[in-house]
Amino acid sequence: MRARRNVLPGFGISTGLTLSYITLLILIPLSAVFLSTATGGWEHFRSTVTSPQVVASYKLTVGASIAGAAINAVFGLLVAWVLARYDFFGKRWVDAIVDLPFALPTAVAGLSLAAIYADNGWFGRYLVPMGIQVAFTPTGILLALTFVGFPFVVRNVQPVLEDLDEEIEEAARSLGATRWQTFRLVIMPTVLPALVTGSALALARALGEYGSVVFISANIPFKTQITSLLIITKLEEYDYTGATAIAAAMLLMSFVLLLAINLLQARSRRYQETS
Amino acid sequence: MKKTLVACLLLSLTSSLMFAADIKLLNVSYDPTRELYKEINTAFAKAWKARTGDNVSINQSHDGSGKQARSVIVGLPADVVTLALAYDIDAIAQKSGFLPANWQSLLPNNSSPYTSTVVFLVRSGNPKKIKDWNDLVRPGISVITPNPKTSGGARWNYLAAWGYALRQNANKESAATDFVRQLFKNVAVLDTGARGATTTFIQRGIGDVLIAWENEAYLAINEPGAKGKFEIVVPSLSILAEPPVAVVEKVAIKHGTAAVAKAYLEYLYTPEAQEIAAKHYYRPRLKAVADKYAKQFPPVSMLTIADFGGWQQAQKKHFDDKGTFDQIYQPRK
Repeated sequence: MRARRNVLPGFGISTGLTLSYITLLILIPLSAVFLSTATGGWEHFRSTVTSPQVVASYKLTVGASIAGAAINAVFGLLVAWVLARYDFFGKRWVDAIVDLPFALPTAVAGLSLAAIYADNGWFGRYLVPMGIQVAFTPTGILLALTFVGFPFVVRNVQPVLEDLDEEIEEAARSLGATRWQTFRLVIMPTVLPALVTGSALALARALGEYGSVVFISANIPFKTQITSLLIITKLEEYDYTGATAIAAAMLLMSFVLLLAINLLQARSRRYQETS
Repeated sequence: MKKTLVACLLLSLTSSLMFAADIKLLNVSYDPTRELYKEINTAFAKAWKARTGDNVSINQSHDGSGKQARSVIVGLPADVVTLALAYDIDAIAQKSGFLPANWQSLLPNNSSPYTSTVVFLVRSGNPKKIKDWNDLVRPGISVITPNPKTSGGARWNYLAAWGYALRQNANKESAATDFVRQLFKNVAVLDTGARGATTTFIQRGIGDVLIAWENEAYLAINEPGAKGKFEIVVPSLSILAEPPVAVVEKVAIKHGTAAVAKAYLEYLYTPEAQEIAAKHYYRPRLKAVADKYAKQFPPVSMLTIADFGGWQQAQKKHFDDKGTFDQIYQPRK
């Protein structure tokens, strides 16, 4: 060990620092969630996390989050492509606007979305008579989750596209590849890891979202209640172990989802390298 | 000579420091009392200065009632709490021991110096002809009320509806449950807090009727831009909403503010403070002030929390896990 020289000195110190930082910042608070859950006993945990109202909220939260991440994957890729490949007037502005959903307090986002899509709002007054209800429905939740997750895909994919030489595309064209083949066989494999990472982050962000959703959702049990709202509800009952039980279930689900995405990505990369 | 002069000077300096103390109080309250306490605090500081010569400045903290209680339990250093329902102060007493279990008997009128009641806010001209609770369960009526599980204030709304149904149905509880189930089927948006529900009704234009506290309803209709667009409907039976106040004894003793904290809460019962409460649309307890504002507060037949066996029992039966509120949303077998 000692004989090996790394480019960056201080392997011992930096690893130690990293581990204690992660422990202090993430592991200890998260383990407190599980410890507090444990004080309630197994039966309380089981009955809380499998109660029909809570299960209905998982379906809504996970479903809307996955759908939101998928929408962001498509449109995020498109936006990243435009920003990386074209020069147009006001491009810097568009580039900056992409990050706004990060900076905006999510409650503000929820309030303005609700104001715009409510029956008397700018869009709502035209959409509602056509029978399209957005505010106070699952569609509204999807909209809010898509909004908060938007920057992740763009910010992950954009630098990869910028690094991808246009000459490679030209080479593919000159070798007789169609546009679709160029996209599928040349561009996509390079961009895919960044696209998957960005979508996974958008998904993770959506799963835990609270502030923007409660304002645009009607919050009706079994219909439009997201899981984080049920955690707050448990807290209002002073049922701390119940609240942490749902939080722990949610945490496990997010972890499994993210792990699965990472494994899939690692696998597809290996597949590409061998083929 | 010089020495005595210096001594005198020092003495007068320290005595003035000793006697004109600067006292700080923290009042942890719930959302809609912000403007009320802003005015009360100025008035109390003046009264206290006149009485003792001390300067007292009161900091306010506002949020949902239950959230505030949880903050005090985990150490928000409140000298006094002024919350939406006794259940939340009970929780502080039980979980932290910062105040005695009998806190509610330490001040007059269940420690609630001002009250309110539950009323309906409807759109101008009352187009859907909503007069009483049974109009809220009619098909096609869209109702806005916050979720009683996340909003302390909304628990009073729910109990008023339940109490009305119980009386209408010869005290048959299953009939009362059916009534509130019907009512909540008409609820279009279930906001997490009272202010959110008011916004949904007033700004977003959703719903035919908002179930609200009287003081919130008055505030809403007197907003600039809302004048003439809404009217208040008083149901045949409502509930006496008692938002209680208490000194957080252990914290106040530690801060050395126990006496002034107690005086602050007692001040709420004086004619001056009762007048301020009435100006902010809370019903005053003092008869002289109540009479003066009689036009603003029409007589209403009211249930009290005692009719529900007190907050501990009401919470357990209606709002805890698997209580009546959970039952009405459970898919029926």
